[in-house]
Amino acid sequence: MTAIDTALQPAHDTAHGHHAKPSGITRWLFATNHKDIGSLYLWFAFSMFIFGGVLALCIRAELFRPGLQFWQPELFNQFTTLHGLIMVFGAIMPAFTGLANWMLPLMIGAPDMAFARMNNWSFWLLPPAALLLLISFAVPGGAAAAGWTLYAPLSTQMGMGMDLTIFAIHIMGVSSIMGSINIIVTILNLRAPGMTMMRMPMFAWASLITAYLIIAVMPVLAGVVTMVLTDRHFGTHFFNAAGGGDPVLYQHIFWFFGHPEVYIMALPAFGIVSHIIPTFSRKPLFGYTSMVYATSSIAILSFMVWAHHMFTTGMPATAQLFFMYATMLIAVPTGVKVFNWIGTMWQGSMSFETPMLFAIGFICLFTVGGLSGVTLSIAAIDIQLQDTYYVVAHFHYVLVAGALFSLFAAVYYWFPKMTGRMYSEFWGKFHFWWSLLWFNVTFFPMHFLGLAGMPRRIPDYNMQFTDFNTMASVGAFCFGLGQLIFFANMLHSLRHGRPAAAKPWEGADTLEWQIATPAPYHSFVEAPDLEVGENGRIDAMHGGKHH
Amino acid sequence: MASRRVLLLLTGWSSAVLAAGVNLPPPVTGVAQDIYDLHMLLLYITGGIFVLVFGVMFWAILRHRKSAGHQAKHFHENTTVEIIWTLIPLLILVAMAWPATRLILQQKSSAGAELTIKVTGYQWKWHYDYLDDGVAFMSHLATPQSAIHQVADRGEHYLLEVDQPLVVPTGTKVRLLLTANDVIHAWWVPQLGVKQDAIPGFVRDVWFKVDRPGTYRGQCAELCGKDHGFMPIVVEARAPADYQAWLAARQKTAAANLEDPNKVWPLAELMARGEKVYTQNCVACHQANGKGIPGAFPALDGSAMATKDKPGHIDIVLNGSKKNAAMAAWGKQLSDTDIAAVITYERNAWGNHTGDVVQPKDIKAARGGKA
Repeated sequence: MTAIDTALQPAHDTAHGHHAKPSGITRWLFATNHKDIGSLYLWFAFSMFIFGGVLALCIRAELFRPGLQFWQPELFNQFTTLHGLIMVFGAIMPAFTGLANWMLPLMIGAPDMAFARMNNWSFWLLPPAALLLLISFAVPGGAAAAGWTLYAPLSTQMGMGMDLTIFAIHIMGVSSIMGSINIIVTILNLRAPGMTMMRMPMFAWASLITAYLIIAVMPVLAGVVTMVLTDRHFGTHFFNAAGGGDPVLYQHIFWFFGHPEVYIMALPAFGIVSHIIPTFSRKPLFGYTSMVYATSSIAILSFMVWAHHMFTTGMPATAQLFFMYATMLIAVPTGVKVFNWIGTMWQGSMSFETPMLFAIGFICLFTVGGLSGVTLSIAAIDIQLQDTYYVVAHFHYVLVAGALFSLFAAVYYWFPKMTGRMYSEFWGKFHFWWSLLWFNVTFFPMHFLGLAGMPRRIPDYNMQFTDFNTMASVGAFCFGLGQLIFFANMLHSLRHGRPAAAKPWEGADTLEWQIATPAPYHSFVEAPDLEVGENGRIDAMHGGKHH
Repeated sequence: MASRRVLLLLTGWSSAVLAAGVNLPPPVTGVAQDIYDLHMLLLYITGGIFVLVFGVMFWAILRHRKSAGHQAKHFHENTTVEIIWTLIPLLILVAMAWPATRLILQQKSSAGAELTIKVTGYQWKWHYDYLDDGVAFMSHLATPQSAIHQVADRGEHYLLEVDQPLVVPTGTKVRLLLTANDVIHAWWVPQLGVKQDAIPGFVRDVWFKVDRPGTYRGQCAELCGKDHGFMPIVVEARAPADYQAWLAARQKTAAANLEDPNKVWPLAELMARGEKVYTQNCVACHQANGKGIPGAFPALDGSAMATKDKPGHIDIVLNGSKKNAAMAAWGKQLSDTDIAAVITYERNAWGNHTGDVVQPKDIKAARGGKA
């Protein structure tokens, strides 16, 4: 292991010794340290989350009551499109990559990510991409307004905002593929001795499987938007029926990316929750092996169900049936995971610090999203619900209460390890209860709106939809406000939080809790000598050197 | 029998929910009713699962907490339990898939239709063509712009009203052939249990059979650009005799309105017709006063194009704008007479007094025989 370690140390480390820590702006611009890069990712993701959130509030402001108040329909469409794109590619995915960067080497006993210099590039590709999306609002014709799915032929109609969006997607795709290669190689090659694959922490498993998904599908997305680009400018007719193309082909390719993408945003969340629930239940994770198998089968199944987004395109009954059955099947491994988490809590000795609250909130609300997903999977019913607010409700239960809540849980959970300080438990709990309440006020009524017949992506609506829309808008603004509380708490605790112990959580037993707090600038320079138990639990450390 | 009573009880409860506007609107076709029932069945099953699963979790949260002095047990495997909770959901899914499969096959069988109507989606209106009866018309949003922009009051059917609804006979299997002209639209009327994408270059079909006369409303359900939210669908189901009377009247007016493309129109008649066309098609962007919306849609009142550049004006109305996708190519949607009328109107309304008269034959010439 020593040979590997030496090989992986960034060059400046050997030159200046292990304690060299670049300072100032160069520390961040040329960052190769997995913790610095992780922090960059997390800050970037948070600022994108705020930006995407403001766009969401623009949408909710317009929908507060019927009639056009603030925006023209075209601008409204730009808001919905960019809100989706930014939240998916700017906020949720980079946030998970950031956490993986920060925690994976610590969890598996590695000195750093496998490709430290490439890691720098995979992060620094993101800000230019975000900038392209941002400036697209200012170009003639405005930003892309075809929805985050960018369906052709509508997307071939747009102005140059669409081209900027396509380039931004290319860059973000390259970034996430590079990030994924790094995660895979790190996990496969740099685990501490004794940590077999089946004794790896669940977060490592989730990140590994997610990284494979990203590598499999991001090129598909890049391909399909490139096809849009050539249709727009180079006279191809991939999606133009008049030229022999097929508009539905776009949807097939897009959703072949888009459905696994849903799990790219959900699997890391599963991994995080699989750490937090055992920690605060003071009990090992129930059914580690079936968790690994469930996660893998979800990933595999996710490739076979893309057309359930297309039940209304007029596919034959046999295709509808195949995609319906395959989609329904995903409920089984997902159910196993939920049951395992509850099995972990059962007969535990639970305490309810903020990370635990967010994790429990995640399980409840994610399951609501999962159950409405089962309803949507039934093609016959989906005919009524496709492209309505019911779907908006469904995927926000999965992505806000799923991905976002688990991210909050993770940030609170690992905050002491990252910063050496405790966050304010009072404001953490306040943030949870506030978010939980207003999240439900915002998104639960959308089920009713969709059932009653309100299509998604409309800037104005019939009066029968007023009450629930008003409610959702109020909820959205309050939910947004709550995130400032989170921000303030983090910022304040970063400086003034009470110093944290190396292992602030009684029940935490994975490797990252064995090293000092805050985590030293360089992680395991020599591989730790440890005994790894089941569930990735570290049973004992034998004087492994770390700084 | 007991299960029948439970079902009745549940249906009674569900009709109360239905009235409150939190569920699918009252179905008026057999398929819509089946969708409704299947949805309710799923709601009970998934609701039951939720209560059961989280009942167990909250029991654990209440009883197995550290503050209550509960000591953690250390088990972390139980193969039997894990197999059981894999198999039971699987069985539940099979129970759901069974009725769903039957319903899908029913939804998809459009054979044996007694009336076939071709529906074409345009940005942003629907064209209905009664293939066997020689009747065809466009259906536009009928809500005035003043209501959308907060000036006038909004009626009960705000944004869900059209100038010419699709009229169908009751008790008849109606088959719709759907396609689109520009981008993908979706034809959706919840009460009929029908939603089908209309895809340019392709024809899809869907069917429904309404039992009760009435007016049923829906909207385009696929993001189709700027006015996606302003593309309602209204279906009027009439008793067969009423339907026949309506059809005969439409056929008569259609015959009477057959236009001579070479007719030379006086300015006043073109202005009157042009204003109507403008109100239906152009007013959302360019506004009733011709001032447009600064920064988004150009003004026509006093603009160089609408006062000087006549060929450019005809070209942009016919073929759309290369620079701004929101300006559609109206050549595919409007007749030569309508386009001539609206251009004449735009060149003479508001502060524009060019005195230009554009005749249908000018438009025909501008199309270059491509019409």
